[in-house]
Amino acid sequence: MEALFQSSPFTGYVYPNETDIPWTVLIVVYPYLTGLVAGAFTISSLYQVFGFHQLRPVAHFALLVSLCCMVVVPLPLLLHLGHPERAFNAMITPHVTSAFAVFAYAALFYVILLMVETWFVFRPHIVHEAQQHGLLSWIYRAATLGSYDVSDKAMSYDRKWLFWLAIIGIPGAHGLHGYVGFVFGSLKSREWWSSDLMPAIFLFSAIISGTALVIVLYVLSCKLRKVPIDPPCLKVMAYSLWGFMMFTLLLEGVEFASLVYRGREGYDMIMQFVEGPLLIPFFILQFGIGSVLPLAVITFFIWRGANDRALVVGVTASAVLVLLAVLMMRYNVVIGGQEISKTGKGLLAYQPPILGREGLLAAAIVLVLPPVLLSILVRFLPPWHDLEQTA
Amino acid sequence: MEDEEKLEKQQRERREFLSWLGGALVCGAAVVAGDLGPPQAVAAGEPAAAAQVPPIPAIPEYDWTKHRWAFGVDATKCIGCLRCVEACKKENNVAPDAHHFRTWVERYVTLEGEETARVDSQADPVNIAASGSEGEYRFANRYKDAKVAKAFFVPKLCNHCTNPACVQVCPTGATYKTEDGVVLIDHTYCIGCQYCVQACPYGARFFNREKNVTDKCTWCYHRITKGLLPACVEICPVGARIFGDRNDEQSVISQFIHDNRVQVLRPETGNAPNVFYVGIDEDVN
Repeated sequence: MEALFQSSPFTGYVYPNETDIPWTVLIVVYPYLTGLVAGAFTISSLYQVFGFHQLRPVAHFALLVSLCCMVVVPLPLLLHLGHPERAFNAMITPHVTSAFAVFAYAALFYVILLMVETWFVFRPHIVHEAQQHGLLSWIYRAATLGSYDVSDKAMSYDRKWLFWLAIIGIPGAHGLHGYVGFVFGSLKSREWWSSDLMPAIFLFSAIISGTALVIVLYVLSCKLRKVPIDPPCLKVMAYSLWGFMMFTLLLEGVEFASLVYRGREGYDMIMQFVEGPLLIPFFILQFGIGSVLPLAVITFFIWRGANDRALVVGVTASAVLVLLAVLMMRYNVVIGGQEISKTGKGLLAYQPPILGREGLLAAAIVLVLPPVLLSILVRFLPPWHDLEQTA
Repeated sequence: MEDEEKLEKQQRERREFLSWLGGALVCGAAVVAGDLGPPQAVAAGEPAAAAQVPPIPAIPEYDWTKHRWAFGVDATKCIGCLRCVEACKKENNVAPDAHHFRTWVERYVTLEGEETARVDSQADPVNIAASGSEGEYRFANRYKDAKVAKAFFVPKLCNHCTNPACVQVCPTGATYKTEDGVVLIDHTYCIGCQYCVQACPYGARFFNREKNVTDKCTWCYHRITKGLLPACVEICPVGARIFGDRNDEQSVISQFIHDNRVQVLRPETGNAPNVFYVGIDEDVN
């Protein structure tokens, strides 16, 4: 008979039930995606609310990035559930003391908010397309929701809506992701997770990952569309990335230092874990190559300046590294936490399967879905600033 | 009027007949039960009461507000025979592998010259090799050539905490605390997110891969509500596992808690476990 699960080998003493690891790579992907949502939304809001006009070329694009990530967020959770068909039980009879119970409501609220904001942003385009001929115009006609008024007065009214939606969206997006950190940080059963700083760490790492994603996708889209990259825009995104990375690194450092300094029960095993299996994924990949290196590159640009080409290459490469570092951070938290036994006397070694519902392939497909969706969505709702100017 | 009186008389006769029949059935059931098995804590219902609630149940209604179950473990008595593990697996159809247990036994061995105990359970690969299969349970005699300073066994199971972290985190309420102090899971409502598995500091929960829901010890709720003991308690040959009702001051568990200096596992979590231990070391958590 085919094995229903993959047990994890262990050293020392672990509770017998721990060898069947509960949360797999899909639960690594889930906070990663919500983080990208929050981060991309932050970039959009910096323009929409805080008036960072340099970000205009990516403001609408970032909103679509956020939307495409958000609609995929429930997928890894549903794939993970033993009974996905019962997922709505959490909405029908939410258990109010559970951090998980509010997720469905929070996610639903946020998806609706993103869709409404997207509608307002692209309303002039929708109205324009609805007045053309052809099959597609019928879709746009439906999308107008009967509103064809694009007069100055109407647009001014729309801008007010956009401003307030973004105002609500900021705490919404950040709250959604802070809550994901709370899901882990509030558990007292695992020393590796149990930290008051966990929501803040998740939040700041979310912002940097979303910013990095917008940088990478923006540069990629410009290359594909053969249009020049806007250096001031890229520079502001790089500086934002730098600023938020400082906070992220500081918080992660403080969290790790206090974990070591407190030295509570299980400390020996945690140190054994950090110095052993976690050495490469944590210190070298996440901290060294993924955080310190991009930080150094962007610091160099801030200090010495750079020509446009060097800026594009350096910032994009840094952003790719940040994306990998945050993915590693999620992995090190979610999987790492489960590799340290609750007994405080042993370590497990999780080996993710490649195939299967909770395998690496499934996780990779989930991660590829948002860019695929985005590549389709931008054809219907082009967020390009240069087209906007010529239109 | 005559018709009404006649009808009433018929109904009265019917009630009397049903009352008689109910009494006869209950008495008959009690006699049969007495002949076939050990006496159970099943009080025969009043015939009149039985007649009011037809059909007569084989076991009287269980009132969960009248019990407060608790579990005791006397580690000084446990011999590590692992019959409890086997009985639990069979009684509750737990997967016969080395990764899913409703109850397990830990062995703590401190060798001479060492300060911390070496710990293993029946699920350790060395012990599985000794038993020959994951479905059979045995502790290998792995310390026979070593100088053992101290050794003892500790049976483990769900602590049915007063403030269960698992219940707190369940997003649907599928896992819940009963009035009589047992933490149960509604397998028809559980969505299988395994948040409760993460929240339990004792490693008592696991994922049932057949049903795709979370699973754990129920103190054999299907047995205790019928006046029987949990399977692990019943099978234990040395009385290391104690079970009973704390509402009854004369029950074995009340006496056990009263007569011994008991302790619970990980009191710092605030979960307030209801499995009380005697004879364990500071290594045990």
